[in-house]
Amino acid sequence: MELTEEQEMIRDTVREIAREQIEPRAEEIDINSRFPKETFETLHELGLMGVPFPEAYGGADADTVTLALVVEEIAKVCGSTALGLAAHTSLCCWPVFAFGSDEQKKQYLPGLLSGGQFGALAITEPQAGSDVGALKTTAVVSGDDYVINGTKAFITNAGVASVCIVATVTDPEKGKQGMTNFIVPTDAPGFALGSVDEKLGMRGSDWAEVVLTDCRVPAANRLGNEGDGFEQLMAILDGGRIGIAALALGIAEGALEKTTAYAQERKQFGRPITSFQATKMKLAQMATDIEAARHLLFNAARRKDAGQPFAVEASMAKLFASEAAVRACKEAIQIYGGNGYSREYPVERYYRDAKLCTIGEGTSEIQRIIIARHILQS
Amino acid sequence: MKIVVCIKQVPDTETKVKIAADGKSLDPAGVDYVLNPYDEYAVEEAIKLKEANGSEVTILCLGTEAATKAIRTGLAMGADNAVLLKDENAAGRDWLSVAKTLAEELKALQPDLIFFGKQAMDDDSAAVGTAVAQILGLPSVANITSFALEGATATVQREVEGGIETLTATLPAIFTAHKGLNEPRYPSLKGIMSAKKKPVEEKAAAVCENGTEVVSMALPPERPPGKVIGEGVEAVEKLIDLLKNEAKVL
Ligand SMILES: Cc1cc2nc3c(=O)[nH]c(=O)nc-3n(C[C@H](O)[C@H](O)[C@H](O)COP(=O)(O)OP(=O)(O)OC[C@H]3O[C@@H](n4cnc5c(N)ncnc54)[C@H](O)[C@@H]3O)c2cc1C
Repeated sequence: MELTEEQEMIRDTVREIAREQIEPRAEEIDINSRFPKETFETLHELGLMGVPFPEAYGGADADTVTLALVVEEIAKVCGSTALGLAAHTSLCCWPVFAFGSDEQKKQYLPGLLSGGQFGALAITEPQAGSDVGALKTTAVVSGDDYVINGTKAFITNAGVASVCIVATVTDPEKGKQGMTNFIVPTDAPGFALGSVDEKLGMRGSDWAEVVLTDCRVPAANRLGNEGDGFEQLMAILDGGRIGIAALALGIAEGALEKTTAYAQERKQFGRPITSFQATKMKLAQMATDIEAARHLLFNAARRKDAGQPFAVEASMAKLFASEAAVRACKEAIQIYGGNGYSREYPVERYYRDAKLCTIGEGTSEIQRIIIARHILQS
Repeated sequence: MKIVVCIKQVPDTETKVKIAADGKSLDPAGVDYVLNPYDEYAVEEAIKLKEANGSEVTILCLGTEAATKAIRTGLAMGADNAVLLKDENAAGRDWLSVAKTLAEELKALQPDLIFFGKQAMDDDSAAVGTAVAQILGLPSVANITSFALEGATATVQREVEGGIETLTATLPAIFTAHKGLNEPRYPSLKGIMSAKKKPVEEKAAAVCENGTEVVSMALPPERPPGKVIGEGVEAVEKLIDLLKNEAKVL
């Protein structure tokens, strides 16, 4: 894959940061379910929390391919950290940049992109996940404000965010056309965190329930017009899936790298287990899956950068990369044997982290629905 | 103030080097090149001064076209501009040839302060910075671990056997940087994105004779694998026995 000089240099720099700063903390933040603030301070300082946005708003002026490279490199050593960055960038900063007014961009982007702040996006509700059209959270006009009520589940970065984009229903009569998104500062009256569940994986990423009780925001915080919400969410998720594909790719690559090294060292029956064909077949399949995922991912990212339609490509990349990552991590554990099942070795963490990729930002089933719809329509 | 940092591009310490067919040089195939790690300390110190007093920082590099990569790293870290003295056979030069060529260019650049890394991780000659000082007749301190500037006087420290030596030197002067001098920064994305817009002057490097000739290169003999003889106190007796009778070091 041809990269520009800048893309290559950014990838190499992130690889170094990942090796020196992120990997040494990966195990600890997983065990303690700890959001690594100190890592993100470094990422913020270096401009990595605002990769694909113009300098004028505090961004790094790079592109989607670069963002994918950054997420991939971090995910090779720590899925949780990569998820935090990807969600912040694609789910909060991007919508403000893409749909926000000039004032909104000036008010919120500098802090998010280079000012040390975090962003979140709250769509999912306890009763509405895959069915984004079934949201119950409401926003009602009250003078110059809107008053928001509802509960959001599984919101990444909610506990650390300064800004949370909240998906609501402003006109229940109109169904999907009655949805509207708001930029909600997390210190707005009526914005509170609910329960924080223990997770299977991605334990170093922050998530929480968000409870909105008569949460009041000025009408100036509405993203676009009333009724734009659903379409905005679909566009946000299209882009977000490139991030999840990169996350999955990185996790798979990390697992393969670790497993290859382990398998070359580990001896049974008097020889390295890599001498057994069964091991070779597994490694070859992992490597081939990874290569295919990479091509799907960077094809989607390139299309986005070129301004071409990329939604189906992003869905395919997300679907394939996340399932490939789960397969690869499963085989990684198999190759590690008992050590793979032990927390003393990293691959069980990779396996738990990888599983998120088949669920977040649209499950694998939802990706197949999107892809099939595209085939059947054209 | 004008600062020049002399840098070299070297194989990444993580790459496994192979000896080329001629038996006297490294095979460049499959090698990843990076900015020499000691030079990172030199670049960092110069950029810290730039941030403190607005100095202009120039990167000076003798190397092949490919060395632009290391130069860009220096520019991305914050240097202002660069000069590449191009020589497709740079790897074949010894320290004397490199020092003479750099000295020639430094005469033209007229910097107030010159930093080098203490040595390049590939040929480990650890001579170029000091040799340039000798040629130019400038004061120099090698292996510095701290640097402070007041007016035209630099106060530096270096580790010596069993202690620390503090020295002063009046600029213009040359210092070679050791680990511990500072914590080299990662290039920021902004730095990386702007590095390409910074001027890099390329010119042919003056030809200077080598003083030495490489006759042959060989990889160190492969080390036999280590062995585990036990754990804790129980293993001590066996270890002493092996050190005495097998390794014969006791
Ligand atoms: C770690 C983590 C972080 C998250 N972060 C965020 C966040 O930041 N913001 C946010 O808004 N949400 C977030 N989510 C929520 C996530 O987006 C949802 O979990 C996901 O969209 C699935 O919704 P659900 O959990 O309600 O599952 P459901 O929609 O109940 O799905 C259950 C099962 O049914 C299947 N299914 C559903 N509909 C269909 C259908 N039509 N055809 C076939 N199969 C179907 C699904 O594929 C799945 O297998 C996060 C989730 C996790 C695990």
